[in-house]
Amino acid sequence: MTELLNAAQRASLLDDMIHGRCPDAQGRFGPFGGRYVPETLVHAHERLTAGVQRWLSDPEYQAELNEQLTNWVGRPTALTFAPRLSERWGAELWLKREDLAHTGAHKINNAMGQALLARRLGARRIVAETGAGQHGVATAAACARLGLPCTVYMGAVDMERQAPNVGRMRLLGANVVGVTSGDRTLRAAIDEAMRDWVGDPDGTFYILGSAVGAHPYPYLVRELQAVIGREARAQFQQRCGALPDLVIACVGGGSNAIGLFHPFVGDRTVQILGIEAGGTGPGLGQNAATLVGGRPGVLHGCQTLLLQDEHGQIQETHSVSAGLDYPGVGPEHAALLACGRVRYESASDDEALAALKECCEFEGILPAIETAHALAGAKRWAQANPGKRMLLGLSGRGDKDMPTLSQTLIKQLDAVKS
Amino acid sequence: MSLLPRERISQALRRRAAAADGPALVAFMTAGFPSREQFREHLTAIAAGADVVEIGVPFSDPMADGVTIQRSSETALRQGVTLKWILDELAAMPALDTPLLLMSYLNPLMSFGYERLASEALRARVCGFIVPDLPLDESAQLGAALNPLGLALVQMVTPVTTPERMQRLCQASQGFIYAVTMTGTTGKNVAVPDNVVEYLERVRSIAPVPVCAGFGIRSREQVARLRGHVDGVIVGSALVEVLERGESPQAWLAALRG
Repeated sequence: MTELLNAAQRASLLDDMIHGRCPDAQGRFGPFGGRYVPETLVHAHERLTAGVQRWLSDPEYQAELNEQLTNWVGRPTALTFAPRLSERWGAELWLKREDLAHTGAHKINNAMGQALLARRLGARRIVAETGAGQHGVATAAACARLGLPCTVYMGAVDMERQAPNVGRMRLLGANVVGVTSGDRTLRAAIDEAMRDWVGDPDGTFYILGSAVGAHPYPYLVRELQAVIGREARAQFQQRCGALPDLVIACVGGGSNAIGLFHPFVGDRTVQILGIEAGGTGPGLGQNAATLVGGRPGVLHGCQTLLLQDEHGQIQETHSVSAGLDYPGVGPEHAALLACGRVRYESASDDEALAALKECCEFEGILPAIETAHALAGAKRWAQANPGKRMLLGLSGRGDKDMPTLSQTLIKQLDAVKS
Repeated sequence: MSLLPRERISQALRRRAAAADGPALVAFMTAGFPSREQFREHLTAIAAGADVVEIGVPFSDPMADGVTIQRSSETALRQGVTLKWILDELAAMPALDTPLLLMSYLNPLMSFGYERLASEALRARVCGFIVPDLPLDESAQLGAALNPLGLALVQMVTPVTTPERMQRLCQASQGFIYAVTMTGTTGKNVAVPDNVVEYLERVRSIAPVPVCAGFGIRSREQVARLRGHVDGVIVGSALVEVLERGESPQAWLAALRG
């Protein structure tokens, strides 16, 4: 993917990324990012950008956010050494436990941060999209906590494979709207949430769940998720007296990954590796490995890498994990790839499920299937880099995946027994 | 002296707006909907009843459109309609007097390549483009390819656009300016309130190009209410529904004029 930029552009972008100069005022990370939205949404995005500038670093807002993160979300989350997987795989594995955050995944960091911002901006109502349901649950919970009405758009396909999360959102008071247009997964849900927001840009606040979309979302989501990397970096240094050799996370839209990676981007001795959903194979439509197999384009408001056909039509993706099933990726990841700072690989459905099983058996942790892709990538890296230290973003817990696991791993256990 | 493509659009709109049966009608159709075979026939019929035709290039993620146009876009894609096919069809059919615009989301245009797009559009007698997910702030690259050939890039304004931004959009827009009359996506039926008329007058007082009102227009009453306040009205979802029902688009457009 080095052909995205020439040598001079790469060097310049790398320097900008390492020194934290991205995004610029137009929301650009080198050639990626920007704000490609209909004129009907320009006003809403400008309003949001002004709100982010006004409040994100405001001491009062920060104190309010920290109070919620500490006493409601349960931060800081633990850094757990994984001795038995380290032994098996041949390199030290350390897990940043976002699965222990309230509602079971990193999504809550962003949802609460944006909900507090929405309240300060006078929003009367919240809309959100969700894929795996984790962002929907997190948003529903944050809205319940703050007393804001909440509507969550979710693809009909995802509602089926993530049924437990649909029930959770309803219990938390959210109105869950099934999306039957388009491919009926995350990307159709984003379209639908945008359409809702266009209808009432002043009274409605759109809490976008990943580091995607038009400026300022990729920046806003990164800033709210960077708490993961800041905590992990300090915890790791305290426990090990050094920085890790590798930082690794799974990438769908890429919010947990950018949150973990961001504070390490300037640490040039630290290798960074993102793992995408390799699905059932390398063909178009068989996976959701955007950074591995995509080319530049514009979707959902930003220029990034996309899985698309020769005519610029966005392709349907496949992954066993709903949360990674997205044909685009956050523009900052596209820039980190283009400048060479971060490497991206994929792990297949089968590799992810095998790694999930190992994590359960040897560490007593059931990770989300999304997270299991990072575990599969870590296993591969460990075998090539024995004795090194890996820091892995354990982005969420796998309870929500029981319907999928019943059809796969648990079925296999039953078959062995009988 | 022959007119530039973008001037053909504004001239057609102005001419009708000044006539007794104004405002001008800008009719939208999704290319290849309901079928590829009927494309030329439908386009010819619509061009006969309208002053400008917007031809929709189907896209997999039509985020700014309502359910009707989403549905037509999906159908067209399933039948293999591509930008290249549309341009080839237009180049091959007899020239129409009615100016044509392509309405497309940005990604299919990017994928096609802007320089190639501009020259192929000229060959297909397309006069300009409407790109709903390309705000003025991001439009420099596409504009640089279209401008030298005189092709229009139409900008939109909305009732919540700030006065400063409205000035810039009106100055930059070519062919006409697309004034969104309601906040929201396309395809809903609404009355035209006084504040909308006031807003359209405001746009008209600033814009050096004709003003066309769009989003949610589907009845003769709405068109009559806008007479004298705008140069043209844009009909999209309602016309797509006419084609969906297999009715005559030309008769429907004539009835809209009243």
